Amino acid sequence: MQIFNHFGTYLLFLKRMISRPEKLSVYWERTMLEMKNIGVGSLAIVAIIAVFQGAVTTLQIAYQLVSPLVANPVIGSIVSDSSMLELAPTITCLVLAGKVGSHIASEIGTMKVSEQIDALEIMGINSRAFVASPKIIAGVVMFPCLIIISIFLSNVGGIFAGYASGILTPDEFIQGARESFLPFNLAFSLIKAFVYAFIITSVSSYHGYKTEGGALEVGSSSTKAVVYSAVLILFSDYLLTQLLL
Amino acid sequence: MIELKDLHKSFDGIEVLKGISTSFEPGRTNLIIGASGGGKSVLMKCMVGLLQPTSGQILYDGRDFHKLDNKQIRDVRREIGMLFQGNALFDSYTVEENIEFPLKMFTDMTPAERHDRVNFCLEQVHLEGINLKYPAEISGGMKKRVGIGRAIALDIKYLFCDEPNSGLDPVTSRVIDELLQEITEEFQMTTVINTHDMKTVFDIGDHIIFIYEGNKWWEGKKSEVRLADNTELKAFINASYFE
Repeated sequence: MQIFNHFGTYLLFLKRMISRPEKLSVYWERTMLEMKNIGVGSLAIVAIIAVFQGAVTTLQIAYQLVSPLVANPVIGSIVSDSSMLELAPTITCLVLAGKVGSHIASEIGTMKVSEQIDALEIMGINSRAFVASPKIIAGVVMFPCLIIISIFLSNVGGIFAGYASGILTPDEFIQGARESFLPFNLAFSLIKAFVYAFIITSVSSYHGYKTEGGALEVGSSSTKAVVYSAVLILFSDYLLTQLLL
Repeated sequence: MIELKDLHKSFDGIEVLKGISTSFEPGRTNLIIGASGGGKSVLMKCMVGLLQPTSGQILYDGRDFHKLDNKQIRDVRREIGMLFQGNALFDSYTVEENIEFPLKMFTDMTPAERHDRVNFCLEQVHLEGINLKYPAEISGGMKKRVGIGRAIALDIKYLFCDEPNSGLDPVTSRVIDELLQEITEEFQMTTVINTHDMKTVFDIGDHIIFIYEGNKWWEGKKSEVRLADNTELKAFINASYFE
């Protein structure tokens, strides 16, 4: 029953968040700042994950497809499709659930326990909208950008690993990737990124906002935000794949 | 003026406020005193709208706060400033940005006008020249004063202070008390202060209500406190002196 209670309060949190901004320029400024924090701030970790993900996938595919009957470009096509359909959006977003989600929950949680949220409410500001909406908007805009970068760097990692290990040439990799490319796969990847971004930012904001107590509870909210986001990402991954592919 | 009429508040069937009625007049420092757990903070949270009372009325110049629609509540809230026990300054903002924040949200002032207003507020709280410091870089007493500065940035009518002296040394406490009295008189605000510091009571208490176990146990002026024929209030005062 607890899960339904959580879901209900989460929906109420989202509903109460929707209101006319008190001052659009302040919200715009905060959204831009969050885009920098969430997007630019996550670039390094996304790049590292993507390069190694592409490199390791290339080596493993090559290991499993050792056969004179399989042409080398097939490795490129499998790596690029896997990156686009699953690895870049899902694995990257699971990592971002840890980085971005815990940051959001602890930031809002600290604001809650130090009465900063109360201060906003007393000033007549919709505190839910003020703290959460810039983060959610920034997330849904920046995550798809990060995923595009991740897909590109996964392929770069694959090309590098294939070339460095002598399994396939960069031309063979690119040939395979181009032959199997379907625009819908990219769209599917971006849809996933959009959905995951909303899950991570809204669930983490919700957990941060309902923090009560002190430092211990802020830590607990942060952990819950990451765990719930990760589980919901995996669940929605299955659902989206079933519905759209 | 703020009027409370038969205010009740319960949590899970436990009555914390048991029918409090009083009024707080402008230009006076109104103190709510009482032991911890007696209902002072709950009373203040009901007054500023952070808690919904179970029954009763809170009237801000005749406007029943808990019967107003959302827009009207927001309008009343813009007339309210509050100094929190823990300051509640925004950590990621500088002192200037903290005080500027309500101006940015609710006025159409230009950046230059906002800067002038921030400097005026800092002058009022005797803190000139710390505009670019972050809350983490200033002392507890200075944070309280910045909190007061932020509270008065807009032309507020009602100022609420929750334990303004907690965690401060006696000298700084006195500075804060004098500052609150000064701005109350200068801007003719209705100031309501939650405290259990008897020094504050005798220094600036124009109107005092003593809350005991959720009831208004005693009400009067600072000159009447010592003469009050009330066992619980006497015990509270004596305990404060013993401390």
